[in-house]
This record gives sequence, C-alpha cells and structure tokens, in this order.
Amino acid sequence: MPYLDKEGLKKTSFGDIISMYMFVKLYLFESEFFMKRFIDDIKKFWNYTIFSTKADLKAEVAGSYLSWIWWFLDPLLYMLVYSFVAVVVFGSSEPYFPVFVFIGLNSWQFFSKTVKANVTIVTRKKGIVTKVYIPKFTFILEQICLYGFKMLVSFLLTVGFMIFYKVPVDFRVLWMIPLWIELALITFAISTFLLHFGVFVEDLSNIVTVVLQLGFYMSGIFYNIETRIGRKSELIASILTKCNPVALIMSDMRNVLIYQKDPHYLALAIWFLVGLALAAIGVKIIYKHENSYVKII
Amino acid sequence: MNDSAISVKDVKIRYRCINKISMLKAILSPKSVKKTEYFEAVKGVSFEVEKGKILGIVGKNGSGKSTLLRAIAGIFCPDEGSIDLHGNNVSLLSIGVGFQTMLTGRENIYLSGMLLGFSREQIDEKLEEIIEFSELGDFIDRPVKTYSSGMHSKLAFSITAILETEIMLIDEVLSVGDAKFKRKSYAKMKSLIECADRTVIIVSHSSDTLQKLCDNILWLHDGEIKMIGATSEVLPEYDKFMS
Repeated sequence: MPYLDKEGLKKTSFGDIISMYMFVKLYLFESEFFMKRFIDDIKKFWNYTIFSTKADLKAEVAGSYLSWIWWFLDPLLYMLVYSFVAVVVFGSSEPYFPVFVFIGLNSWQFFSKTVKANVTIVTRKKGIVTKVYIPKFTFILEQICLYGFKMLVSFLLTVGFMIFYKVPVDFRVLWMIPLWIELALITFAISTFLLHFGVFVEDLSNIVTVVLQLGFYMSGIFYNIETRIGRKSELIASILTKCNPVALIMSDMRNVLIYQKDPHYLALAIWFLVGLALAAIGVKIIYKHENSYVKII
Repeated sequence: MNDSAISVKDVKIRYRCINKISMLKAILSPKSVKKTEYFEAVKGVSFEVEKGKILGIVGKNGSGKSTLLRAIAGIFCPDEGSIDLHGNNVSLLSIGVGFQTMLTGRENIYLSGMLLGFSREQIDEKLEEIIEFSELGDFIDRPVKTYSSGMHSKLAFSITAILETEIMLIDEVLSVGDAKFKRKSYAKMKSLIECADRTVIIVSHSSDTLQKLCDNILWLHDGEIKMIGATSEVLPEYDKFMS
C-alpha cells in the first residue's frame, strides 16, 4: 500500500510494485487466453458463419420475387435523393458527384446497418442462444459478412459509374482492399460493445439510431468535409475527418478512387491500432459476460 | 483411474430478476430503476456421472433441473463452482435449433448441424442417414416453411439424433411426430441412450421412462439435492413425495 513519508508525500512501497507487476502479468495472461480462444472459436465457427450468411442472403432472395434487385436499386435511389438534396437544394457539387456519393453511401450503409443490427442481435437470436453455446461475436461476423456482401454488390454500381464518367484511375485503387478491411475492423470493434450493452439496455437501439443519424450528417457522405468545412475552418475539417474513422476511410476511398491522391497513412494506421485494441477489449467483455446474456433475455 | 465423464462441484446458478434497464427511465426517474434482485435456481449442487452411465434428474417444476442441464451444456456458466466434462463433447438435445424456414430441409441440416458444432464433412457423412430417418422423401429439397409441424419435428429430431455426441443431455424430448414416428424416434433415442460409450443425463417428469432408462437418479428440490442414488432407491421416494 502507498504510505506517507515524513514530509507527508505519497511513497510507493516495494509491495506496491510487486502487486502492480502481478496485476499486469495476470492481465496479459488473461488477454492471451482470450486471444487464443478467439482464434480457436473463429476457426471452429467460420464455416457456420459463412453458411449462415449465405442462408440469410438466400432467404432474402427466396422471400420475394427479384428482391436481390434491391441490392442495386437501394443505393442507386439513395444516391439520386442525396444528389438532388446536395446539388439542387444546397448548390454543392464535386467532380464525378454520383461516384463521390456512391462511395460515401456504400461505406456508411455498411457501417450503420451492421452496427444497428448488432445492438439487438442477441435478443433476436434468442432461439439459438438459449439452446446451444455459440460465441456471441460470431453473430457480429455474420452481420459483417452479410452487409459486406451487399456493400461489394453495390460497389459494382460505383465501378459502373466510374466507367461511365471516365474517372481516371491509377495503382492507388489497390488501397481499397486495406480500406475495406479497416472499415470492417472498426465496425466489428464498435459492434462488440453494442452487442454487449444491447443485452442490458433496452433503449440502446434508439440512442444508437440518433447517434448514427448525427454520424451520417457529420461524415461527409454527400459533401466534401475538406472543401466545404475546410473553407470555414481547417481545424474543424481536420477534426471531423480524422476523429471519425468512418469519415476518414470514406475520404480516403475517394482519394484513391477519384482524386488519385494518397490516403492519410498516419491517421489510418492509428485508427487501425485503435480498432484492434477496441476489438480485443470488446471480445474480452463478451467472453466474460456472454454466459449471463441468456439469463437476461 | 478416474472414469468420470461429468464432474459437477458445488455449482450455484443465479438469475437476475430484472428486466432490461431503460436509459430514459434511469435519467427521468432514477428511483424507478430497481436494484438487481437475484434468484438462486441451483444452490451448491455436486455430483459425478461415470462414463457410459445414464443419470435421470427429477424434481417438481422450478426445482432447477433445466437450469442445471443448460449449465452442463455450456449455454451459461455457473456463478460459483465448476463443471468439468473431462474433454468430452456435449449436446443438449434441442429440436430445430437455428432453423431458417425459407431454406430447404437439406440446407437446414447443414445449418443446424454446424450450429451444434459439427464440421461440414461430418454432416456430409451423416446426411443420407438423417434424410432417410426423417422420412421426408422429396420434401427434403423444399423450403421448411412448407412443412407440416409433424414434418418439422421429424427433421429436427433426425438431425439431433443422428449427429451424436459423447455426452447427451435430454430435456423431456424423447419422441416426436405421429404414432409410427413416435415409436421409431423413441426406439432411436433408447438405442442412443443405451450405447455403452455415451454418457446421458435425462430430465423428465415421467417416472416410467426414467425407471426404464436410468442407472441413477438425482432428485432436485428447490435447487438443492434432496437425494441421489440408484434408480430403484430414489424414484420410489420421489413418487411418494409427489403423490
């Protein structure tokens, strides 16, 4: 325990150092255990995750006639709506505007739909959760695969529009792969926390909807943060881009696809590490509490 | 040499007697958010099941039988104590877990099987046996939403009965379907239960079934063990208590 010396200053005893060392060692040991379990579980349930994603997509297609067309129509119609609002109402425009909006919408829809779905996922999967043991983060991976597939399908539209508008491209388009991986990582990390708290807090879904709505307008989906906000304050533009990982990824997707510019390497690397750390903490929280979820739902 | 398949040591399982918390309620009316109350469903239960033995669990409603069974299945962990399965794989016989009604019966065999922890190859090996046992014929390639409830049960039962595990936990599900399939499923269950290598725990209210199948009986009363021992000793006492 810390003690006070003659001058009344706090001193750290040798015992404190030992207990801090033991605490750190225990924490690292626990983290290593969860990490190993996480990798083993991914291997064990990967086939189920993929099969279940295919099943969900198939069920969606089987549910109504030509429903898969909505995978294309949905982003196309939204793009038209936001283009109208941005160009006609607010008088703003960017080079290759439909492509610009498509990139933003695709990434945002993937992020927001996955995150929102995961808030209530444990309750919605009650039939499974109460009958068999399954690592609960598997549900998040399932949603990421589901909406990731839809994002890739609607990305074909982006490619179509890029060809139509003759957008010049260079080797930087290859950056799209790490950018997608980083978007999936950030989505997974945030989803782990929402999955956990969504079990205990009944109105979390409402709060998340409002926050996502705010995020939608602040992420620069149908306007360019760097030119529109940067005109007034470069600092605010920089904060809005770099402190919001989805806005950053979106902006860098546009950089590599439309403007032949390099992405923000440092900011992306920092967010990648933050994403990894948050995902590790989130998975650990889920592992520690997942066996209590069934007692609450 | 220890030939235990299941070791349960001083297991306590508590349920939180709360609904979900509302953040809005917590902000507007903090007093309305009740403190968490706990209900102890299982109160320090210890027992061992030897490999290949069949244990029946009896007790009145609310005595903690299903809770204990689900804890052994790993669906949730005990709040105190430990459950050791000595490396054996376990399944709680759950009918139709994870079924997606828009998909065909065949696809649901894979979906349900993978959810129960089997690999695609293991399911491939047993696929024809499952289809044959379910007696669904051509219906196996039609969406499950077109099945009658009897057909649904037949498929679900066949999946769990054919995809066998070393430890089997059964909660009142011993036979399903029409009269003919009921006899067939009961016979199948009996053969699975009586397999010398398989350890089984059955929760049932039917003394007749337990008398026929079990080596030992665990009698739970209000979350505690009232009696444990050979079927011939415990079951008459339980029946006397319940009558």
